[in-house]
Amino acid sequence: MNQSRQQRHWVALSTLVTREVRRFFRIWPQTLLPPAITMTLYFIIFGNLIGSRIGEMGGFTYMEYIVPGIIMMAVINNAYANVASSFFSAKFQNHVEELIVAPVPNYLILAGYVAGGTARGLCVGIIVTIVSLFFTRLPIEHIFITISMVVLSAVLFAIGGFINAVYARSFDEISIIPTFILTPLTYLGGVFYSISLLPEFWQNVSLLNPILYMVNAFRFGMLGVSDIPVVAAFSIILLFIGGLTAFALYLLHKGTGLRN
Amino acid sequence: MKALSINKLSKTYRNGLQALKAVSLDIEQGDFFALLGPNGAGKTTTIGIITSLVTKTAGSIKVFDTDLDEDPEQAKSYIGLVPQEFNFNGFEQVKHILVTQAGYYGMPASEAEPRADELLKQLGLWEKRHTPSRSLSGGMKRRLMIARALVHNPKLLILDEPTAGVDIELRRSMWTFLRKINAAGTTIILTTHYLEEAESLCRNIAIIDKGEIIENTDMKSLLNRLDKEAFILDLKYPLLNNTLEGLDYERLDDTTIEVEISRGESLNSVFEVLSQHGVEVVSMKNKANRLEELFLNLVETSEQNA
Repeated sequence: MNQSRQQRHWVALSTLVTREVRRFFRIWPQTLLPPAITMTLYFIIFGNLIGSRIGEMGGFTYMEYIVPGIIMMAVINNAYANVASSFFSAKFQNHVEELIVAPVPNYLILAGYVAGGTARGLCVGIIVTIVSLFFTRLPIEHIFITISMVVLSAVLFAIGGFINAVYARSFDEISIIPTFILTPLTYLGGVFYSISLLPEFWQNVSLLNPILYMVNAFRFGMLGVSDIPVVAAFSIILLFIGGLTAFALYLLHKGTGLRN
Repeated sequence: MKALSINKLSKTYRNGLQALKAVSLDIEQGDFFALLGPNGAGKTTTIGIITSLVTKTAGSIKVFDTDLDEDPEQAKSYIGLVPQEFNFNGFEQVKHILVTQAGYYGMPASEAEPRADELLKQLGLWEKRHTPSRSLSGGMKRRLMIARALVHNPKLLILDEPTAGVDIELRRSMWTFLRKINAAGTTIILTTHYLEEAESLCRNIAIIDKGEIIENTDMKSLLNRLDKEAFILDLKYPLLNNTLEGLDYERLDDTTIEVEISRGESLNSVFEVLSQHGVEVVSMKNKANRLEELFLNLVETSEQNA
């Protein structure tokens, strides 16, 4: 093994990402199938049955309006859940020790798990997008904004899932944040409505919800309409990614939840 | 060169337990070294710190002259660990576990796959290479952990009670395998509860108790300190109610006695006494290995007849 350190790092990172991707494909009935079914139900119930009575929103049919939000919701939830469950399982079964004893720097451990979570988020996003094509047309106004926002959102929530798993001591503790924080924020983040429908006070409250920025920036990329400035969305998401990455690396350096 | 150099290593856990008290230890390259001690003595904590699974409170560690704090990546690359508890992903296939572990050490799949195949064959796991690891038997899981620790060709192999709960036949085959890789140049550190295992395999030994090294010497010197040795003698005829005056012995049954002799004392003196009493001995064994040898012979005979 006469390789440079960079080559060894690259092999280690690609090994970890491959293992993560293999994991969620191996258990596809738990990871890829449920979001496809759930989101199909959203399209049928909210888009078709109820949406047909709502009329236009932001100049688009209700179905067209909610598709970007539903895709983003699926991406966020799955990126988060993948890292939270995979890293916590590694802790639970102690096979995280395989990584700790190996010469893998902390930033590569984080990068590997986040890449795995992002990959699952994007896979699910693609599946939901394909499903949505059975219900409506799908314009893409700004391809760069669409792709960069969905990738950055997946990265951000994958990091969030990692931090959750570091602290978690039981499987219950990796479902608390998705259930009590992530889901309410997603539903209140403009997935199903424009915040312009809300009274001014609740509009201002909604602006504190980071998911609102992601959903709207993604919707802007696809439909060209948004409740908030897209630049603000990118700034906020990059700020969160930077902050949470630094915090996750600090936890790994300290060995929180990993070392005695 | 020293394979491992531990200097004043201390560990105090959050609950106040002082697991290690300024432990210092040097292990030479190529050695087969035993680290022994009772439960809770600090063996696993020491190994945990060497392998980065436990954070130390104070002290320093060098692996092949590389300081673990200054260049952890380089130091870690020299080490292979076989932990006490099974710690692989039960859902992953056996070969994937090895190739993945090699990848963490920077070994590309083109090298890792043949290396994994080689180890799987050597350790009798080839037929199970596509099996999820949770389906393996206990002995196979132990062998998988050894294969995983060796997949990146470490210069220092650390085994934390590798034969715990393993049957005698498998334990012996693991000993043969470990002797072979030690002879090929790999330095080995072994912790075990089986003293016979340490005696059989290791050249040097340290005994740790309550977080302190209380003995650090070569195996031969340590064994020479034993002042008595026990032998089991099978007699041709029942001893009945005879007493063997002049002999320190214990009667196990009518035709078996256990004789203790002081180190340095000639066995001839034992046989002289036995001859004086007209006792004929048909076989003699060192007490320690008697049952294991019998069991192994039975298993081997059974396999040969199969």
